[in-house]
Amino acid sequence: MTELNLVEAVNAALSCGMSRDDSVLLLGEDIGANGGVFRATNGLQARFGRERVIDAPLAEGGIAGVAVGMAAMGLRPVAEIQFTGFIYPTFDQMINHASRLRNRTRGRLSCPMVLRSPYGAGIHAPEHHSESPEALFAHIPGLRVVIPSTPARAYGLLLAAMRDPDPVVFLEPTRLYRLFKQEVVDDGEALPLDACFMTREGLDVTVVAWGAMVREAMLAAETLEGEGVEVEIIDVATLKPCDFDTILRSVEKTGRCVIVQEAPRSNGFGAEIAAEIGERALYSLQAPICRVAAYDVVVPLYRLERDYIPSVERIIGAIRGVMEGA
Amino acid sequence: MGLHESMDTQIELVQYLSVEGALLVPNAPVEDEKLVAFYEAMTRGRLFDGKAIALQRTGQLGTFASALGQEAVGVGVASAMEPRDVLVPSYRDHCAQFTRGMSMTECLLYWGGDERGSDFQQCRSDFPNCVPVATQISHAVGAAYAFKLRREERVAVTFIGDGGTANGAFYEALNIAGVWNAPVIIVINNNGWAISTPRSLECAAPTLAQKGVAAGIECRQVDGNDVAAMHDVARRAIAKARAGEGPTLIEALTYRLGDHTTADDATRYRDADLVRRAWTREPIARLRAYLLGKGLWSKEREALLLKRCGEEVENAVAAYLATPPQNATAMFDWLYETLPISLRSQRDAARRYSAGGSHD
Repeated sequence: MTELNLVEAVNAALSCGMSRDDSVLLLGEDIGANGGVFRATNGLQARFGRERVIDAPLAEGGIAGVAVGMAAMGLRPVAEIQFTGFIYPTFDQMINHASRLRNRTRGRLSCPMVLRSPYGAGIHAPEHHSESPEALFAHIPGLRVVIPSTPARAYGLLLAAMRDPDPVVFLEPTRLYRLFKQEVVDDGEALPLDACFMTREGLDVTVVAWGAMVREAMLAAETLEGEGVEVEIIDVATLKPCDFDTILRSVEKTGRCVIVQEAPRSNGFGAEIAAEIGERALYSLQAPICRVAAYDVVVPLYRLERDYIPSVERIIGAIRGVMEGA
Repeated sequence: MGLHESMDTQIELVQYLSVEGALLVPNAPVEDEKLVAFYEAMTRGRLFDGKAIALQRTGQLGTFASALGQEAVGVGVASAMEPRDVLVPSYRDHCAQFTRGMSMTECLLYWGGDERGSDFQQCRSDFPNCVPVATQISHAVGAAYAFKLRREERVAVTFIGDGGTANGAFYEALNIAGVWNAPVIIVINNNGWAISTPRSLECAAPTLAQKGVAAGIECRQVDGNDVAAMHDVARRAIAKARAGEGPTLIEALTYRLGDHTTADDATRYRDADLVRRAWTREPIARLRAYLLGKGLWSKEREALLLKRCGEEVENAVAAYLATPPQNATAMFDWLYETLPISLRSQRDAARRYSAGGSHD
């Protein structure tokens, strides 16, 4: 057992994945000698060599594109995009090629690649370093979108992503990289994809969240426990394809649902969850579904980011609101 | 490189056969039997092309991108590849794909709106047609890197149009190919037009080949209507890549004699005299003149060839038209390796409400 923070867990998963499968290789900007700007790939080039840990030219679209070509020829590339603000040039490749290659060729070629990136706000970063574009990827058929919320889940889910036969977009909450440590067993065991995690059980209200927001929801739940409110928390973990059944079962049990997302409110993934509940579990609801989200504004420069990110207080307010709506 | 050094960016056009079919170099660098085979392959491609357009005009095929006049590029390059190599085509490369083993029926299925057309039964590792311009070049570079990493003596060959070289994706991939010394050959099919935009409005550089200079890779410019030159330059580039000596960028100068696709009308933007002049430089008549001059071809052989190719095309069309549509649920079959649970109800709905294909 080792106590690891989230970025160390990512590093451990990459190292384990590479040691167990020669077809796994890493590519990205500054991931070699520098070990990545967040050190996610620290020490890996020294261990696995320059051919398998590649300092790529500064060209995000090209990085994603060569990863598609590598994956189609039997490698399992894990491409790092340094920040999500720079991930948009990869859309062409991820949407037009990575997500479709298996379908277009009727399974003759496939694209088992992982596109990793630190994502989300909360680290006082410069402009374009704090984006939350998960819904943009989650709209695309053929992709998997995975977001861990703890070091152990980062380790297990990233291993699963590396072993998955289809392309995975793996978004790592930057804020959690070094926020806390957790015991992580570096045993090469993957966690299931396409499955939500029941993170906290409760009878009164379901809070659905992912990434850094799971931690905020936990803090809110601890506060509300003192008021006698039992909060159930579901960590979505895989947004695409999403395990709605687990969410619906929880909502049917509690009768209330608060969805928390760090991304802007409108057209976000929370809306998809709300729609599923509306279609399939409406009559279980004792109160309207509530979304807590960032505002529909450009991610502000960091002096205002604490006002932008959904806070524990806003989550508590939303939970109290749905409890009163009963 | 010091301040006083400079690079020689002069790129010479490689041409072996004149437009009249005369040999321009002392010894033919390509064997006679090969040239006969290229002639037959180009003719086969052109017959198919004409038939595909006719099928589209009669509502039996969707939009089709003709390669009329550009047969020497595809045949010359693909014939220099080995089966173990990988082709990463654009969307106008069926002459190359036929050489690789893609069947005419598969080509028709693709343009006829059926994904099974990209499930090539022969060239299993070749990539499917790429429609988003320039995005395929990086796939070839990635594939080439995979070969290099595994110490496989394989190369990747990719095609792009002249317009595509204006796209950022092209430059990124070219640059990475150079840095990685990847065994990749990038062929610019410069047919003069990016739909209606002429080459002169796409790029101010004297040649497109020299775009490789800044990426540090070898650049060649070839008469793309001279199949002997195309083949020989491609063969050398492939041998070089296979030997671990890096990528090559080849600009093939050809001309699009047809419309961009069957949805296009080139008379809106193109002078008819230009097209008439281009017909005097086209690849098939040129090679025929050479072969006839050397006694390697005859009217009898021509008639036999046309008959054989005509029958092959008709058989392919019949097989295409007789191919039953897929079930509606085929949309879900290859989306992921295993259909996610959350998609099962959508697949069931597709089955229940199926309108087009046959039912399960």
